[in-house]
Amino acid sequence: MKIAVCIKRVPVMEVKFAIGKDGASVEETGLKYDVNDFDLWAIEAALQLAEKNPGSQTTVVTVGPDAAAEQLRKALSMGVDQGVLLKADKLPADGFAIAEALAAELKGGGYDVIFFGKKAIDSGAETVGIMVAELLDLPCVPAVFKLDIQGGKGTAMRALEGAAEVLAFPLPAVITVDEGLVKERLPSLKGIMAAKKKPLETRPAQLGAAGVTIARMELPAERAAGRIVGTGKDAVPELVRLLQTEAKAL
Amino acid sequence: MANVFAFAESRGGEVRKAGLEAVSAARQLAEQTGGGEVHALVAGAPGIAAQAERLAAVGADVVLVVEHPELAQYNAEAVAATVADRIRQGGYRAAVFSATSQGKDLSPRVAAKLRAPLAPDAIALAVDGDAIVVRHPMYTGKVIGSLRVSASPALVSVRLGAIPLGTTAGAGRVEAVAPTTDPAAGRVRVVELKEGNTSTVDLGEAPVIVAGGRGLKSADNFALVERLAQAFGNAAVGATRAVTDEGWRPHSEQIGQTGRVVSPELYVAVGISGAIQHLAGMRTSKTIVAINKDKEAPIFKVADYGIVGDVFEVVPALTDAVKQARAQG
Repeated sequence: MKIAVCIKRVPVMEVKFAIGKDGASVEETGLKYDVNDFDLWAIEAALQLAEKNPGSQTTVVTVGPDAAAEQLRKALSMGVDQGVLLKADKLPADGFAIAEALAAELKGGGYDVIFFGKKAIDSGAETVGIMVAELLDLPCVPAVFKLDIQGGKGTAMRALEGAAEVLAFPLPAVITVDEGLVKERLPSLKGIMAAKKKPLETRPAQLGAAGVTIARMELPAERAAGRIVGTGKDAVPELVRLLQTEAKAL
Repeated sequence: MANVFAFAESRGGEVRKAGLEAVSAARQLAEQTGGGEVHALVAGAPGIAAQAERLAAVGADVVLVVEHPELAQYNAEAVAATVADRIRQGGYRAAVFSATSQGKDLSPRVAAKLRAPLAPDAIALAVDGDAIVVRHPMYTGKVIGSLRVSASPALVSVRLGAIPLGTTAGAGRVEAVAPTTDPAAGRVRVVELKEGNTSTVDLGEAPVIVAGGRGLKSADNFALVERLAQAFGNAAVGATRAVTDEGWRPHSEQIGQTGRVVSPELYVAVGISGAIQHLAGMRTSKTIVAINKDKEAPIFKVADYGIVGDVFEVVPALTDAVKQARAQG
């Protein structure tokens, strides 16, 4: 099988963000970057599918700055065969503009399955994978937490609010991966060494025009400091009183 | 003066709260852009037309009804094609979707078909001159972006619970719309809908959430959390990533950076330390209560009220007290 997986370089979130001078970006100084969480699971799903189908070829694609080569190398060290960096120094705020660049690269690639993570945790948008499927006119199964692909077709499950759907679909297809489907493997030392020799191509991203722009970014208001009501079960009556009279939550 | 489109999500023949919120958001936008009409589209099996009154009550002037036996389940391809066609023909200023599983599936499909801009997952909408501005949590809620869309139609999706239900009733004229593509010919098919436990409220809609963390020590001990949720009467059960990774609870209950993002009136964190990954999913809750034995736990920094103590002692006492308070109230 020919399998593609699209990933994104995102900041590690365990920091306190600052707003950049333009008032419409986050300050990048001091940020660390990694592969987007959901995309790690997409990589793992791609690798597991390839392992079940010997002779498969896997390709990882990203749109990002030169530094995103680091995230592609991580995917290669996990076991993906080759990488493509669609170079864009700054990503537009419009998912469709990014989807156009990815679709242009993937079109005609003959992929049986194209994996995405469900969403990018920096933009929080959850749109690009589905848009790529539309642009390529492929069946799309978003946000799957169970997946079984055999004999040119697949079944998957995805969560709805308070329910779950079982879906059946033919290949080729675009699948976006939710948490719970797989756990990502750690790159082995051998994998890291091998990744250095794997092909990684760079070409300019053919981004579409952006119809959505970021006018402003701000930090959310801090929560006011709370208080410890007390210790142990003796504090329960006072907590209930506060919930009734002060918070009006009971 | 321009009209605004809304997609009214339904399941099992009933419009969901998310659908009513999408129509309410469309009403807001219509008022702010000069008082145009709101056209709400609902798709389902024959009989879904009966939902029109509920849509009119929150502000729909026209209810576009797409009925087909193959639309009994959500049918992404047929619905996306039909919605895109309708928006194309309608000349709308904006189209509102829900940022739910269904709406997050549908809105990017429609945006791509129309090559129209989509501003996703709004917690607030505003009109600024000729642009629609959407407030959208980014970086796991640590940054709020204001996304600006000038082109028409502007597509937006609104987060569950972010938009108050409309109180201005619309005319509710019903108009039948035929599906653009044959719903039976779709490539991806829903072969089964597994309803969750119908006695429990969904996390996105629950006014109260009781969530448990690793401090509960085992799957069985989640009974404590469930009993407290039952005592509130209108509460959903949530969990941390540590708990769902352990398999104590299903992933669908995970609240956090990679799980659900919730904003209930009351959030009770039981045995949760308050990792950044978890806080990303619940920090906008109106009132937060934390019960944890470690007084240094980061959860106490975001909690309005904390009790330092053993969850196995405090939670049963709180359950009884909540039952008693509700019986008296």
